Amino acid sequence: MRGRTGALLLLNASGCLDAFTAPDVASLFDAFVTKTVTPELRQGNPPVRIAETEHGMLNAIGLANPGRDTFLGQTLPRLASTIDVPIWVSVGGFSVRDYVETCEQLARDEVACVELNLSCPNVDEAPESAAEIVRACRGVTAKPLYAKVSPHTWDMGETVRAIEEAGADGVSMVNTLRGVALDAGLHTTLARGAGGYSGPALKPVALAAVLAARRATALPIVAMGGVQNGRDALELIACGATHIALGTVLFADVDAPSRVRAELHEEARRAGFERPEDALGVALESVAKPAN
Amino acid sequence: MSKPRRERRSVVAVEAVGPYVLLRIGRGGLEPGRPGQFFMLEAPGRVLPRPMSLCLAPAGELGFLLDPIGPGTRALAELEHGDSIHVFGPLGNGFHLDVERPLLVGGGIGVAPFPYLSEALEHPPVVLGFRTEWHAEAAVLVPQAEVVIDPMLVTEAMPLDRDVLACGPEPMLEAVRALCPDAQLAWEAPMACGYGACYGCVVEIDGELKRLCVEGPVLCSS
Repeated sequence: MRGRTGALLLLNASGCLDAFTAPDVASLFDAFVTKTVTPELRQGNPPVRIAETEHGMLNAIGLANPGRDTFLGQTLPRLASTIDVPIWVSVGGFSVRDYVETCEQLARDEVACVELNLSCPNVDEAPESAAEIVRACRGVTAKPLYAKVSPHTWDMGETVRAIEEAGADGVSMVNTLRGVALDAGLHTTLARGAGGYSGPALKPVALAAVLAARRATALPIVAMGGVQNGRDALELIACGATHIALGTVLFADVDAPSRVRAELHEEARRAGFERPEDALGVALESVAKPAN
Repeated sequence: MSKPRRERRSVVAVEAVGPYVLLRIGRGGLEPGRPGQFFMLEAPGRVLPRPMSLCLAPAGELGFLLDPIGPGTRALAELEHGDSIHVFGPLGNGFHLDVERPLLVGGGIGVAPFPYLSEALEHPPVVLGFRTEWHAEAAVLVPQAEVVIDPMLVTEAMPLDRDVLACGPEPMLEAVRALCPDAQLAWEAPMACGYGACYGCVVEIDGELKRLCVEGPVLCSS
């Protein structure tokens, strides 16, 4: 089957868990993904930063992080001594150079994998394309390199093919969709105006993105977007996900990693699969060929 | 410090207190924690839980005082005896109780942590401000409470030679801080997770944006 890479990993979505305030929760994952690291310290956006909506939530945190030097000198060593699971470092920036310079400094034993955050909706994006950034980073790191992409793309297949050609080892999808909420007085709830939309409402978007990506590539796919339970995770696998990440559900349920993992195995058996991985890509078979 | 736990607990009772609602939940294995700490309560039908400071801790129960003004608090207020919700806590930092001459100062729903706090401090003097007589019915939950009604302000009624522990709307906390720079103030912010994961609840502390759920919600103002 296309895209098979071995064991299914359960991860946290970047920015949705602090391993220092909740080491027990972080240790329930197969790998821990850090909050995105940028070259300089970032306080992030002013409050109000979050808003609940009917079927999801908006956030405009704005990549708050201590900056690359503090991350490498203090956060990363402390992280490695706090949790016992592999560490994926999420890398952000505002130019291809930002990404490259951080990747150059991640050739360390504590780092299991690098995930390039190419799609934060809450900051100004780098002008270069995702593939250009991946290609430049590939040139400076031997670590496994994942690219986290936005669902804001007309052709996910083309995006993913370009990222694969640029040398990525995998793709992560989806980041949040851009959204706005208004308060009772018709003002934007978030101080920044728009934020990233996540939670249950994002699931169909994530399923579509993974399905389109799997038709275009055999690369591993870390899938996230609206996973609340084991059935949601199984559906992403059926669309082609090799790994699953949990985001917004962690805010409501600190037990989500163990619960979703148990439910996933149960749901897979109920659907006739011995292991969740055995359901990989089965939804692709049901997609009708386009008419002439 | 009590370790936070997440448990599914049954609703014991839902009682009206003026416009507010006292939600009483079976305690199970949850620790009540220190006054001023809070719990995340699952709001049925909503994506995110809601942070609520503990109001009362009678044997076998945890009590939360709600102001049902939004979709989450309304969903909680509509719970009935026998319903169950997930409860996660205690979380954050509560009030320091080693004060010599405590005075509790509260405004509106800011009265919520005071019944439990008053008990822990052996019923110190209390000044509470409310918008209306109806809202002021919540004062029955706190022994010895002196009540002022709008337009009178708590800052006009509070003695200034006390160790102030305050909870209420932001303008009230700012006014209390101006009078008593050493006051312990319990702040509020929109919160998604309550345990440091979301970075949503930041407030400015010493010129930096910090997470209220981790650093607070009770902060010393000076």
